Amino acid sequence: MKNFYDVVIVGGGIIGCSVAFELAKRGRKDVLVIEREYLTSGATGRCGAGIRQQWGSVLNATLAVESTHIFENLEEYTGYDRSCGLNQGGYLLVAYTEKEWAQFQKNLQVQHSVGVDSYAVDLDGIKEIVPHINTEGMLGACFCAKDGHADPFHCTYAYARGAQRMGVDIETYTTVTGFGVENGRISAVETSKGTVKANVVINCTGGYAAQMAALVGDELPITPERHQILITEPVAHIMNPMVMSLHRHFYVQQTPHGSVIMGIGDPTEPVSHNIRSSWQYLEHNAWLVTQTLPAFRSLRVVRQWGGSYDMSPDRNPIINEAADARGFISVAGFSGHGFMVAPRTAILLANHLTGQEDSLDIQRFSVERYETGALLLEPSVV
Amino acid sequence: MTSKDNEIMICRCEDVTKADILQCIADGYHTLDEIKRVTRAGMGPCQGRTCRQLIAAELAKHYGVSMEDVLMTTFRPPVKPISLGALADAYETRKDWSLE
Repeated sequence: MKNFYDVVIVGGGIIGCSVAFELAKRGRKDVLVIEREYLTSGATGRCGAGIRQQWGSVLNATLAVESTHIFENLEEYTGYDRSCGLNQGGYLLVAYTEKEWAQFQKNLQVQHSVGVDSYAVDLDGIKEIVPHINTEGMLGACFCAKDGHADPFHCTYAYARGAQRMGVDIETYTTVTGFGVENGRISAVETSKGTVKANVVINCTGGYAAQMAALVGDELPITPERHQILITEPVAHIMNPMVMSLHRHFYVQQTPHGSVIMGIGDPTEPVSHNIRSSWQYLEHNAWLVTQTLPAFRSLRVVRQWGGSYDMSPDRNPIINEAADARGFISVAGFSGHGFMVAPRTAILLANHLTGQEDSLDIQRFSVERYETGALLLEPSVV
Repeated sequence: MTSKDNEIMICRCEDVTKADILQCIADGYHTLDEIKRVTRAGMGPCQGRTCRQLIAAELAKHYGVSMEDVLMTTFRPPVKPISLGALADAYETRKDWSLE
């Protein structure tokens, strides 16, 4: 670690590492990534790592489609010598209510407008995709075969290793304790290993982003929310796609490795940095998922853990430069779908920071939208 | 690394050999947490009961530190594998008793 960098990135998850990579690729190579523990130790390494293109807004569908294209070649893209574990088994989004089913039809039009190869299926069609599913209460489903899942550790390490090869420094087990601001511009980062001067600081700390931004006087409406997840022992392959219900708040999929990974959303989960596991969750998730997939009753759970969503008011990311500390840019608030849009989001920010054009308008992501009302509305979040 | 390292099984659940672990350390992954995530060692049915100590020993040897100075991974529930059916039935009972 030197005592001066052009850009300091705080947070060694998929966002921080992909931003470092894209910046270095565009010639801004004097970059340091600071991580409190090891890379992926925060929300990234705890996430379900689903890659979904079936969104209900043009913006999210665009981010997801363009990110998926990168995930499809991430090893080659970053020069990584292990596999990033992409498995495109599709996403089967099942509808349990009339309202949901009607929304799905609208979503399909949005998806088709940006080139997502998704379609609706009836109950027989659902059975063709997942023969052992219980369709009771379902009205239909939407399916996209190019949706899937990747390994969050390897994807992050792929970006990190690629960035390092271009000259980026990564400092793990280092805590950021404060920032220096001079004449309204960010000037330094104070860490547990000393002070580092910087021209630009990028805050990629997920659920901690608001606390980080507060250190330079910037107020971000981002709150942490625990989400729990579990994984079973590996068994023979019996399910290709991710099965997901927005109404019942669950997602479940079988990884190429054979283990089945699943999680639920709890609408009553309080704002907190708590990411501990609870037995209540374990039982609830088991019950909810085995209602729809009774064949999974005999699978044994080997591990459960908790992670954190960085929730924003409109459930979409915030990319914002601090008003009183220019050069301090926060990229957070992904609200549970940061992993799948990270590749394209990193490109957007890197283009912005290197003065290059981008087909997306980065201003749309600033916190101004909460003042002007130009929210990034998304009807389909879990 | 010796030729025998390919035959020495460190994680029996996930088929990870001593050679895999040493390669990982050589690649710069220097904590149990990282090695677990890169190789899957410790993610199988026994949850690292055997391999955790063996990998810790390799890290201790490589970095010349004592075993107790190697950072441990988080010990996560459940203690033993338990079926989703048993858990779902427990929820059903709890739901009926309104113990939420």
